[in-house]
Amino acid sequence: MGLAGNGKVSDGAATLRPAPAGRLNNVTPAGIALLALWAIIGAGVAYGLAASLNAEGLANYGPRILAGYLTTLELVVLSFAVGVVLSVPIAAGRLSRNRLAGGLAYAYSYFFRGSPLIAQIFLIYYGAGQFVPELKAAGLWWFFKNSFYCAVFAFALNTAAYQAEILSGAIRNVAPGQRETAAALGLHPRITMRKIILPQALISALRPYANEVVLLAKASAIASIVTVLDLMGQTRFAYSKTYDLSFYFWAAVLYLATVEIFSHGVNFVERRITRHLKR
Amino acid sequence: MQKLIDLLQWGPDGWLDELASGTAVTIGLALATLPIGIAAGFIVALGKQSTDPLIRASAHLYTTVFRGLPELLTLFIVYYGAQFAVSAASRALVGAPLEISPFLAGMVALGLVLSSYASEVFLSAFRAIPREQAEAGFALGLTHSQVMRRVILPQLIRIALPGLSNQWLLLLKDTALVSVITLNDLIRETQVAVSSTKEPFFFYAVACAIYLLLSVISSAGIWRIDRWASRGTAK
Repeated sequence: MGLAGNGKVSDGAATLRPAPAGRLNNVTPAGIALLALWAIIGAGVAYGLAASLNAEGLANYGPRILAGYLTTLELVVLSFAVGVVLSVPIAAGRLSRNRLAGGLAYAYSYFFRGSPLIAQIFLIYYGAGQFVPELKAAGLWWFFKNSFYCAVFAFALNTAAYQAEILSGAIRNVAPGQRETAAALGLHPRITMRKIILPQALISALRPYANEVVLLAKASAIASIVTVLDLMGQTRFAYSKTYDLSFYFWAAVLYLATVEIFSHGVNFVERRITRHLKR
Repeated sequence: MQKLIDLLQWGPDGWLDELASGTAVTIGLALATLPIGIAAGFIVALGKQSTDPLIRASAHLYTTVFRGLPELLTLFIVYYGAQFAVSAASRALVGAPLEISPFLAGMVALGLVLSSYASEVFLSAFRAIPREQAEAGFALGLTHSQVMRRVILPQLIRIALPGLSNQWLLLLKDTALVSVITLNDLIRETQVAVSSTKEPFFFYAVACAIYLLLSVISSAGIWRIDRWASRGTAK
Protein backbone atom coordinates (compact mmCIF):
# COMPACT_ATOMS: atom_id res chain seq x y z
CA MET A 1 0.00 0.00 0.00
CA GLY A 2 1.44 3.27 -1.14
CA LEU A 3 0.34 5.26 1.87
CA ALA A 4 1.54 2.82 4.49
CA GLY A 5 4.57 4.96 5.36
CA ASN A 6 2.39 7.26 7.45
CA GLY A 7 1.25 5.41 10.54
CA LYS A 8 -1.83 7.59 10.85
CA VAL A 9 -3.15 6.50 7.49
CA SER A 10 -3.69 2.87 8.34
CA ASP A 11 -4.82 3.87 11.80
CA GLY A 12 -7.38 6.38 10.57
CA ALA A 13 -8.62 4.19 7.76
CA ALA A 14 -8.97 1.33 10.20
CA THR A 15 -11.34 3.18 12.50
CA LEU A 16 -13.48 4.17 9.55
CA ARG A 17 -13.73 0.61 8.21
CA PRO A 18 -13.84 -2.44 10.50
CA ALA A 19 -11.32 -5.20 10.05
CA PRO A 20 -12.73 -8.51 8.80
CA ALA A 21 -14.70 -10.12 11.60
CA GLY A 22 -13.47 -13.17 13.42
CA ARG A 23 -9.86 -12.16 13.85
CA LEU A 24 -8.63 -11.83 17.38
CA ASN A 25 -5.29 -10.14 16.66
CA ASN A 26 -6.65 -6.63 17.27
CA VAL A 27 -7.86 -7.17 20.82
CA THR A 28 -7.14 -4.19 23.07
CA PRO A 29 -7.38 -3.79 26.86
CA ALA A 30 -10.39 -1.50 26.34
CA GLY A 31 -12.19 -4.24 24.48
CA ILE A 32 -11.43 -6.78 27.19
CA ALA A 33 -12.64 -4.32 29.83
CA LEU A 34 -15.89 -3.63 27.98
CA LEU A 35 -16.65 -7.27 27.41
CA ALA A 36 -15.76 -8.02 31.03
CA LEU A 37 -18.25 -5.34 32.08
CA TRP A 38 -20.96 -7.03 30.04
CA ALA A 39 -19.94 -10.41 31.46
CA ILE A 40 -20.26 -9.04 35.01
CA ILE A 41 -23.68 -7.54 34.25
CA GLY A 42 -24.76 -10.80 32.63
CA ALA A 43 -23.49 -12.86 35.54
CA GLY A 44 -25.24 -10.55 38.02
CA VAL A 45 -28.53 -10.86 36.18
CA ALA A 46 -28.11 -14.63 35.85
CA TYR A 47 -27.36 -14.91 39.55
CA GLY A 48 -30.42 -12.82 40.44
CA LEU A 49 -32.58 -14.92 38.15
CA ALA A 50 -31.27 -18.17 39.60
CA ALA A 51 -31.67 -16.91 43.18
CA SER A 52 -35.31 -16.04 42.54
CA LEU A 53 -35.99 -19.53 41.24
CA ASN A 54 -37.04 -20.81 44.65
CA ALA A 55 -40.01 -23.13 45.04
CA GLU A 56 -42.21 -20.49 46.65
CA GLY A 57 -41.71 -17.77 44.06
CA LEU A 58 -42.04 -20.26 41.23
CA ALA A 59 -45.29 -21.69 42.60
CA ASN A 60 -46.78 -18.24 43.28
CA TYR A 61 -45.74 -16.31 40.22
CA GLY A 62 -44.38 -18.76 37.63
CA PRO A 63 -47.80 -19.64 36.15
CA ARG A 64 -48.84 -15.97 36.28
CA ILE A 65 -45.79 -14.80 34.34
CA LEU A 66 -46.32 -17.57 31.78
CA ALA A 67 -49.99 -16.64 31.41
CA GLY A 68 -48.91 -13.02 30.99
CA TYR A 69 -46.46 -14.02 28.28
CA LEU A 70 -49.25 -15.78 26.38
CA THR A 71 -51.48 -12.72 26.79
CA THR A 72 -48.73 -10.56 25.31
CA LEU A 73 -48.42 -12.90 22.31
CA GLU A 74 -52.22 -12.85 21.85
CA LEU A 75 -52.24 -9.06 22.10
CA VAL A 76 -49.53 -8.68 19.45
CA VAL A 77 -50.88 -11.28 17.01
CA LEU A 78 -54.48 -10.05 17.26
CA SER A 79 -53.70 -6.35 16.92
CA PHE A 80 -51.25 -6.95 14.08
CA ALA A 81 -53.82 -9.04 12.20
CA VAL A 82 -56.56 -6.45 12.67
CA GLY A 83 -54.03 -3.79 11.69
CA VAL A 84 -53.31 -5.59 8.40
CA VAL A 85 -56.99 -5.47 7.50
CA LEU A 86 -57.40 -1.83 8.52
CA SER A 87 -54.23 -0.74 6.76
CA VAL A 88 -55.41 -1.76 3.28
CA PRO A 89 -58.06 0.98 2.82
CA ILE A 90 -55.75 3.54 4.46
CA ALA A 91 -52.89 2.62 2.12
CA ALA A 92 -55.33 2.82 -0.79
CA GLY A 93 -56.24 6.32 0.41
CA ARG A 94 -52.57 7.31 0.65
CA LEU A 95 -52.03 6.16 -2.94
CA SER A 96 -55.29 7.58 -4.25
CA ARG A 97 -55.37 10.56 -6.56
CA ASN A 98 -58.63 11.62 -4.92
CA ARG A 99 -57.87 14.66 -2.74
CA LEU A 100 -60.45 13.79 -0.06
CA ALA A 101 -59.40 10.13 0.30
CA GLY A 102 -55.75 11.12 0.34
CA GLY A 103 -56.34 13.84 2.94
CA LEU A 104 -58.34 11.57 5.23
CA ALA A 105 -55.77 8.77 5.04
CA TYR A 106 -52.95 11.24 5.69
CA ALA A 107 -54.78 12.75 8.68
CA TYR A 108 -55.41 9.28 10.14
CA SER A 109 -51.82 8.29 9.66
CA TYR A 110 -50.51 11.58 11.07
CA PHE A 111 -52.68 11.41 14.18
CA PHE A 112 -51.77 7.85 15.12
CA ARG A 113 -48.09 8.24 14.32
CA GLY A 114 -47.75 11.69 15.86
CA SER A 115 -49.18 11.15 19.33
CA PRO A 116 -48.00 8.68 21.97
CA LEU A 117 -49.64 5.26 22.06
CA ILE A 118 -50.22 5.63 25.78
CA ALA A 119 -52.37 8.73 25.17
CA GLN A 120 -54.31 6.87 22.49
CA ILE A 121 -55.04 3.95 24.83
CA PHE A 122 -56.17 6.33 27.58
CA LEU A 123 -58.34 8.16 25.08
CA ILE A 124 -60.08 4.94 24.08
CA TYR A 125 -60.23 3.08 27.40
CA TYR A 126 -61.01 5.94 29.79
CA GLY A 127 -62.77 7.98 27.13
CA ALA A 128 -65.21 5.12 26.53
CA GLY A 129 -66.14 5.25 30.21
CA GLN A 130 -67.69 8.63 29.55
CA PHE A 131 -70.12 7.27 26.97
CA VAL A 132 -71.51 4.26 28.84
CA PRO A 133 -75.22 4.90 28.06
CA GLU A 134 -74.52 5.50 24.38
CA LEU A 135 -72.24 2.48 24.10
CA LYS A 136 -74.77 0.32 25.95
CA ALA A 137 -77.50 1.50 23.60
CA ALA A 138 -75.28 0.60 20.65
CA GLY A 139 -74.54 -2.81 22.20
CA LEU A 140 -70.80 -2.11 22.31
CA TRP A 141 -70.23 -1.70 26.03
CA TRP A 142 -69.12 -5.32 26.54
CA PHE A 143 -66.25 -4.51 24.18
CA PHE A 144 -65.13 -1.18 25.65
CA LYS A 145 -65.41 -2.19 29.30
CA ASN A 146 -62.81 -4.91 28.72
CA SER A 147 -59.30 -3.48 28.98
CA PHE A 148 -57.83 -6.26 26.82
CA TYR A 149 -60.21 -5.51 23.95
CA CYS A 150 -59.54 -1.80 24.31
CA ALA A 151 -55.80 -2.43 24.16
CA VAL A 152 -56.18 -4.58 21.03
CA PHE A 153 -58.39 -1.88 19.51
CA ALA A 154 -55.91 0.92 20.26
CA PHE A 155 -52.88 -1.11 19.10
CA ALA A 156 -54.68 -2.15 15.91
CA LEU A 157 -55.60 1.46 15.05
CA ASN A 158 -52.03 2.52 15.81
CA THR A 159 -50.24 -0.22 13.89
CA ALA A 160 -52.66 0.20 10.97
CA ALA A 161 -51.30 3.72 10.50
CA TYR A 162 -47.70 2.47 10.38
CA GLN A 163 -48.59 -0.53 8.21
CA ALA A 164 -50.42 1.71 5.75
CA GLU A 165 -47.24 3.76 5.35
CA ILE A 166 -45.19 0.58 4.84
CA LEU A 167 -47.63 -0.84 2.30
CA SER A 168 -48.15 2.36 0.33
CA GLY A 169 -44.41 3.06 0.34
CA ALA A 170 -43.61 -0.44 -0.93
CA ILE A 171 -46.20 -0.21 -3.70
CA ARG A 172 -44.92 3.22 -4.71
CA ASN A 173 -41.37 1.88 -4.88
CA VAL A 174 -42.13 -0.82 -7.44
CA ALA A 175 -40.53 0.36 -10.67
CA PRO A 176 -43.10 2.22 -12.84
CA GLY A 177 -42.05 0.16 -15.85
CA GLN A 178 -43.68 -2.89 -14.28
CA ARG A 179 -47.10 -1.28 -14.31
CA GLU A 180 -46.58 0.19 -17.80
CA THR A 181 -45.52 -3.18 -19.18
CA ALA A 182 -48.58 -4.84 -17.67
CA ALA A 183 -50.78 -2.14 -19.18
CA ALA A 184 -49.11 -2.63 -22.57
CA LEU A 185 -49.90 -6.34 -22.31
CA GLY A 186 -53.53 -5.42 -21.76
CA LEU A 187 -53.76 -6.73 -18.19
CA HIS A 188 -56.61 -5.49 -16.04
CA PRO A 189 -55.41 -3.05 -13.33
CA ARG A 190 -56.69 -5.38 -10.61
CA ILE A 191 -54.77 -8.33 -12.05
CA THR A 192 -51.71 -6.08 -12.41
CA MET A 193 -51.92 -5.16 -8.74
CA ARG A 194 -52.43 -8.75 -7.57
CA LYS A 195 -50.04 -10.59 -9.82
CA ILE A 196 -47.33 -8.03 -10.59
CA ILE A 197 -47.16 -5.11 -8.16
CA LEU A 198 -48.04 -6.71 -4.83
CA PRO A 199 -45.68 -9.72 -5.01
CA GLN A 200 -42.73 -7.39 -5.57
CA ALA A 201 -43.91 -4.79 -3.07
CA LEU A 202 -44.47 -7.34 -0.32
CA ILE A 203 -40.95 -8.75 -0.63
CA SER A 204 -39.46 -5.30 -0.07
CA ALA A 205 -42.00 -4.66 2.70
CA LEU A 206 -41.10 -7.82 4.63
CA ARG A 207 -38.38 -6.20 6.71
CA PRO A 208 -40.38 -3.06 7.60
CA TYR A 209 -43.31 -5.31 8.53
CA ALA A 210 -41.03 -7.37 10.76
CA ASN A 211 -39.77 -4.16 12.39
CA GLU A 212 -43.35 -3.14 12.98
CA VAL A 213 -44.08 -6.47 14.71
CA VAL A 214 -41.09 -5.90 16.98
CA LEU A 215 -42.14 -2.32 17.76
CA LEU A 216 -45.67 -3.54 18.47
CA ALA A 217 -44.40 -6.31 20.75
CA LYS A 218 -42.39 -3.75 22.72
CA ALA A 219 -45.25 -1.25 22.80
CA SER A 220 -47.64 -3.96 24.02
CA ALA A 221 -46.09 -3.53 27.48
CA ILE A 222 -48.09 -0.29 27.67
CA ALA A 223 -51.29 -2.36 27.93
CA SER A 224 -50.25 -3.16 31.50
CA ILE A 225 -50.98 0.48 32.43
CA VAL A 226 -54.68 0.00 31.66
CA THR A 227 -54.72 -3.12 33.89
CA VAL A 228 -54.19 -5.74 31.18
CA LEU A 229 -52.31 -8.62 32.81
CA ASP A 230 -49.85 -9.20 29.99
CA LEU A 231 -46.22 -10.14 30.64
CA MET A 232 -45.48 -6.62 31.88
CA GLY A 233 -48.69 -6.50 33.93
CA GLN A 234 -48.01 -9.80 35.68
CA THR A 235 -44.42 -8.72 36.27
CA ARG A 236 -45.56 -5.46 37.86
CA PHE A 237 -48.03 -7.42 39.99
CA ALA A 238 -45.33 -9.81 41.19
CA TYR A 239 -43.00 -6.89 41.94
CA SER A 240 -45.67 -5.01 43.87
CA LYS A 241 -46.19 -8.08 46.08
CA THR A 242 -42.54 -9.03 46.64
CA TYR A 243 -40.36 -5.98 45.83
CA ASP A 244 -38.14 -8.51 44.08
CA LEU A 245 -36.41 -6.83 41.12
CA SER A 246 -35.57 -10.16 39.51
CA PHE A 247 -39.12 -10.38 38.13
CA TYR A 248 -38.29 -7.44 35.87
CA PHE A 249 -35.17 -9.25 34.70
CA TRP A 250 -37.22 -12.34 33.92
CA ALA A 251 -39.54 -10.18 31.85
CA ALA A 252 -36.52 -8.61 30.13
CA VAL A 253 -35.13 -12.04 29.22
CA LEU A 254 -38.50 -13.18 27.84
CA TYR A 255 -39.05 -10.01 25.77
CA LEU A 256 -35.48 -10.02 24.44
CA ALA A 257 -35.47 -13.72 23.57
CA THR A 258 -38.80 -13.44 21.77
CA VAL A 259 -37.79 -10.38 19.77
CA GLU A 260 -34.39 -11.84 18.85
CA ILE A 261 -35.79 -15.23 17.77
CA PHE A 262 -38.42 -13.47 15.69
CA SER A 263 -35.91 -11.10 14.01
CA HIS A 264 -33.51 -13.91 13.18
CA GLY A 265 -36.38 -15.99 11.81
CA VAL A 266 -37.41 -13.11 9.54
CA ASN A 267 -33.80 -12.65 8.38
CA PHE A 268 -33.69 -16.31 7.43
CA VAL A 269 -36.99 -16.12 5.54
CA GLU A 270 -35.89 -12.95 3.76
CA ARG A 271 -32.66 -14.56 2.59
CA ARG A 272 -34.64 -17.53 1.25
CA ILE A 273 -37.27 -15.57 -0.64
CA THR A 274 -34.86 -13.05 -2.18
CA ARG A 275 -32.48 -15.69 -3.56
CA HIS A 276 -33.61 -14.93 -7.09
CA LEU A 277 -32.70 -11.24 -6.65
CA LYS A 278 -29.07 -11.84 -5.65
CA ARG A 279 -26.51 -11.13 -8.31
CA MET B 1 -69.38 22.77 24.56
CA GLN B 2 -69.04 26.02 26.54
CA LYS B 3 -68.31 23.89 29.59
CA LEU B 4 -65.38 22.24 27.80
CA ILE B 5 -64.01 25.58 26.66
CA ASP B 6 -64.22 26.83 30.24
CA LEU B 7 -62.19 23.83 31.37
CA LEU B 8 -59.36 24.98 29.12
CA GLN B 9 -58.94 28.38 30.79
CA TRP B 10 -55.76 29.66 32.30
CA GLY B 11 -55.85 29.97 36.08
CA PRO B 12 -57.45 28.23 39.03
CA ASP B 13 -60.74 27.38 37.25
CA GLY B 14 -59.28 26.03 34.03
CA TRP B 15 -56.63 23.42 33.30
CA LEU B 16 -54.62 25.15 30.61
CA ASP B 17 -51.88 26.23 33.01
CA GLU B 18 -51.52 22.66 34.34
CA LEU B 19 -51.35 21.28 30.81
CA ALA B 20 -48.79 23.94 29.90
CA SER B 21 -46.55 23.04 32.84
CA GLY B 22 -46.85 19.36 31.90
CA THR B 23 -45.92 20.20 28.33
CA ALA B 24 -42.90 22.11 29.61
CA VAL B 25 -41.78 19.03 31.59
CA THR B 26 -42.28 16.82 28.52
CA ILE B 27 -40.22 19.15 26.33
CA GLY B 28 -37.62 19.59 29.06
CA LEU B 29 -37.17 15.84 29.48
CA ALA B 30 -36.88 15.29 25.71
CA LEU B 31 -34.40 18.17 25.32
CA ALA B 32 -32.33 16.98 28.29
CA THR B 33 -32.20 13.42 26.94
CA LEU B 34 -31.38 14.35 23.35
CA PRO B 35 -27.70 15.43 23.68
CA ILE B 36 -26.85 12.53 26.00
CA GLY B 37 -28.50 9.98 23.75
CA ILE B 38 -26.94 11.40 20.59
CA ALA B 39 -23.46 11.58 22.12
CA ALA B 40 -23.70 8.06 23.53
CA GLY B 41 -25.07 6.80 20.23
CA PHE B 42 -22.13 8.33 18.39
CA ILE B 43 -19.65 6.65 20.73
CA VAL B 44 -21.43 3.30 20.36
CA ALA B 45 -21.34 3.73 16.56
CA LEU B 46 -17.57 4.31 16.77
CA GLY B 47 -17.36 1.16 18.89
CA LYS B 48 -19.19 -0.83 16.22
CA GLN B 49 -16.48 0.14 13.73
CA SER B 50 -13.56 -0.56 16.00
CA THR B 51 -10.80 -2.85 14.79
CA ASP B 52 -11.07 -4.65 18.13
CA PRO B 53 -13.66 -7.45 17.79
CA LEU B 54 -14.41 -7.31 21.53
CA ILE B 55 -15.34 -3.63 21.37
CA ARG B 56 -17.49 -4.35 18.30
CA ALA B 57 -19.23 -7.20 20.08
CA SER B 58 -19.86 -5.06 23.19
CA ALA B 59 -21.31 -2.24 21.10
CA HIS B 60 -23.59 -4.59 19.15
CA LEU B 61 -24.73 -6.23 22.38
CA TYR B 62 -25.64 -2.79 23.76
CA THR B 63 -27.87 -2.10 20.75
CA THR B 64 -29.43 -5.56 20.83
CA VAL B 65 -30.38 -5.22 24.49
CA PHE B 66 -31.75 -1.68 24.54
CA ARG B 67 -33.45 -1.92 21.18
CA GLY B 68 -35.04 -5.24 22.09
CA LEU B 69 -36.45 -4.33 25.50
CA PRO B 70 -39.80 -2.54 25.79
CA GLU B 71 -39.10 1.11 26.67
CA LEU B 72 -41.43 0.80 29.64
CA LEU B 73 -39.46 -2.15 31.00
CA THR B 74 -36.15 -0.31 30.59
CA LEU B 75 -37.68 2.59 32.48
CA PHE B 76 -38.86 0.37 35.34
CA ILE B 77 -35.52 -1.45 35.59
CA VAL B 78 -33.62 1.85 35.68
CA TYR B 79 -36.05 3.48 38.12
CA TYR B 80 -36.55 0.63 40.58
CA GLY B 81 -32.98 -0.63 40.14
CA ALA B 82 -31.54 2.81 40.88
CA GLN B 83 -33.96 3.24 43.75
CA PHE B 84 -32.85 -0.09 45.18
CA ALA B 85 -29.15 0.74 44.79
CA VAL B 86 -29.41 4.35 45.98
CA SER B 87 -31.53 3.60 49.01
CA ALA B 88 -29.23 0.75 50.02
CA ALA B 89 -26.15 2.97 49.61
CA SER B 90 -27.66 6.04 51.27
CA ARG B 91 -29.00 4.02 54.19
CA ALA B 92 -25.49 2.72 54.76
CA LEU B 93 -23.87 6.15 54.34
CA VAL B 94 -26.38 8.70 55.62
CA GLY B 95 -28.70 6.51 57.63
CA ALA B 96 -31.82 7.59 55.72
CA PRO B 97 -32.99 6.44 52.29
CA LEU B 98 -32.69 9.01 49.51
CA GLU B 99 -35.34 9.34 46.80
CA ILE B 100 -34.40 8.93 43.18
CA SER B 101 -35.74 11.60 40.86
CA PRO B 102 -38.15 10.28 38.20
CA PHE B 103 -36.82 12.94 35.85
CA LEU B 104 -33.30 11.56 36.13
CA ALA B 105 -34.48 7.95 35.81
CA GLY B 106 -36.48 8.93 32.73
CA MET B 107 -33.47 10.69 31.26
CA VAL B 108 -31.23 7.67 31.76
CA ALA B 109 -33.76 5.13 30.46
CA LEU B 110 -34.77 7.17 27.42
CA GLY B 111 -31.09 7.99 26.82
CA LEU B 112 -30.25 4.27 26.71
CA VAL B 113 -33.03 3.63 24.21
CA LEU B 114 -32.23 6.69 22.09
CA SER B 115 -28.49 5.95 21.98
CA SER B 116 -29.02 2.38 20.81
CA TYR B 117 -31.19 3.53 17.92
CA ALA B 118 -29.01 6.56 17.15
CA SER B 119 -25.92 4.36 16.98
CA GLU B 120 -27.47 2.44 14.07
CA VAL B 121 -28.28 5.73 12.33
CA PHE B 122 -24.68 6.92 12.76
CA LEU B 123 -23.30 3.55 11.68
CA SER B 124 -25.13 3.57 8.37
CA ALA B 125 -24.15 7.22 7.87
CA PHE B 126 -20.48 6.32 8.44
CA ARG B 127 -20.81 3.55 5.89
CA ALA B 128 -22.33 5.95 3.37
CA ILE B 129 -19.18 8.10 3.36
CA PRO B 130 -16.59 6.72 0.94
CA ARG B 131 -13.34 5.79 2.70
CA GLU B 132 -11.43 7.80 0.10
CA GLN B 133 -12.71 10.93 1.86
CA ALA B 134 -10.67 10.05 4.94
CA GLU B 135 -7.71 8.84 2.90
CA ALA B 136 -7.65 12.10 0.94
CA GLY B 137 -7.68 13.99 4.21
CA PHE B 138 -4.71 12.00 5.52
CA ALA B 139 -2.92 12.49 2.20
CA LEU B 140 -3.28 16.24 2.71
CA GLY B 141 -1.53 15.85 6.05
CA LEU B 142 -4.54 16.34 8.30
CA THR B 143 -4.42 14.68 11.69
CA HIS B 144 -6.86 12.02 12.76
CA SER B 145 -9.03 14.46 14.72
CA GLN B 146 -8.93 17.02 11.90
CA VAL B 147 -10.14 14.42 9.41
CA MET B 148 -12.96 13.47 11.76
CA ARG B 149 -13.97 17.07 12.46
CA ARG B 150 -13.46 18.70 9.07
CA VAL B 151 -14.07 15.90 6.58
CA ILE B 152 -16.22 13.18 8.10
CA LEU B 153 -18.50 14.99 10.56
CA PRO B 154 -19.99 17.63 8.22
CA GLN B 155 -21.03 14.89 5.80
CA LEU B 156 -22.07 12.56 8.62
CA ILE B 157 -24.46 15.12 10.11
CA ARG B 158 -26.13 15.68 6.75
CA ILE B 159 -26.55 11.96 6.06
CA ALA B 160 -27.63 11.07 9.61
CA LEU B 161 -30.06 13.97 10.00
CA PRO B 162 -33.24 12.33 8.65
CA GLY B 163 -32.68 9.28 10.87
CA LEU B 164 -31.90 11.39 13.91
CA SER B 165 -34.96 13.59 13.31
CA ASN B 166 -37.05 10.46 13.36
CA GLN B 167 -35.47 9.50 16.67
CA TRP B 168 -36.31 12.91 18.08
CA LEU B 169 -39.98 12.47 17.20
CA LEU B 170 -39.96 8.99 18.78
CA LEU B 171 -38.25 10.38 21.87
CA LEU B 172 -40.87 13.09 22.23
CA LYS B 173 -43.58 10.42 22.26
CA ASP B 174 -41.62 8.05 24.51
CA THR B 175 -41.41 10.69 27.24
CA ALA B 176 -45.11 9.99 27.83
CA LEU B 177 -44.10 6.72 29.53
CA VAL B 178 -42.43 8.64 32.34
CA SER B 179 -45.87 9.59 33.67
CA VAL B 180 -46.03 6.00 34.96
CA ILE B 181 -43.17 6.67 37.39
CA THR B 182 -44.99 9.81 38.64
CA LEU B 183 -43.15 12.53 36.74
CA ASN B 184 -45.57 15.42 36.18
CA ASP B 185 -45.37 15.45 32.41
CA LEU B 186 -48.19 16.24 30.01
CA ILE B 187 -49.85 12.83 30.39
CA ARG B 188 -49.81 12.95 34.15
CA GLU B 189 -51.17 16.50 34.30
CA THR B 190 -53.90 15.32 31.95
CA GLN B 191 -54.67 12.43 34.31
CA VAL B 192 -55.00 14.91 37.16
CA ALA B 193 -57.37 17.04 35.11
CA VAL B 194 -59.39 13.96 34.17
CA SER B 195 -59.71 12.72 37.71
CA SER B 196 -61.19 16.00 38.90
CA THR B 197 -63.34 16.92 35.90
CA LYS B 198 -64.49 13.44 34.75
CA GLU B 199 -63.92 14.45 31.14
CA PRO B 200 -61.40 11.80 30.00
CA PHE B 201 -62.25 11.85 26.29
CA PHE B 202 -61.89 15.60 25.99
CA PHE B 203 -58.65 15.90 27.96
CA TYR B 204 -56.86 12.94 26.37
CA ALA B 205 -57.86 14.31 22.97
CA VAL B 206 -56.36 17.65 23.99
CA ALA B 207 -53.18 15.87 25.13
CA CYS B 208 -52.94 14.07 21.77
CA ALA B 209 -53.44 17.40 20.01
CA ILE B 210 -50.60 18.98 22.03
CA TYR B 211 -48.26 16.10 21.09
CA LEU B 212 -49.27 16.52 17.45
CA LEU B 213 -48.56 20.23 17.71
CA LEU B 214 -45.12 19.46 19.17
CA SER B 215 -44.30 17.16 16.24
CA VAL B 216 -45.50 19.76 13.73
CA ILE B 217 -43.24 22.36 15.37
CA SER B 218 -40.37 19.85 15.44
CA SER B 219 -40.80 19.09 11.76
CA ALA B 220 -40.54 22.79 10.98
CA GLY B 221 -37.38 23.03 13.08
CA ILE B 222 -35.91 19.91 11.48
CA TRP B 223 -36.55 21.37 8.04
CA ARG B 224 -34.50 24.45 8.95
CA ILE B 225 -31.66 22.34 10.39
CA ASP B 226 -31.71 20.19 7.27
CA ARG B 227 -31.40 23.25 5.09
CA TRP B 228 -28.45 24.40 7.19
CA ALA B 229 -26.74 21.00 7.03
CA SER B 230 -27.21 20.72 3.27
CA ARG B 231 -25.75 24.13 2.54
CA GLY B 232 -23.09 23.80 -0.11
CA THR B 233 -24.55 20.66 -1.63
CA ALA B 234 -26.11 20.55 -5.09
CA LYS B 235 -29.89 20.48 -5.01
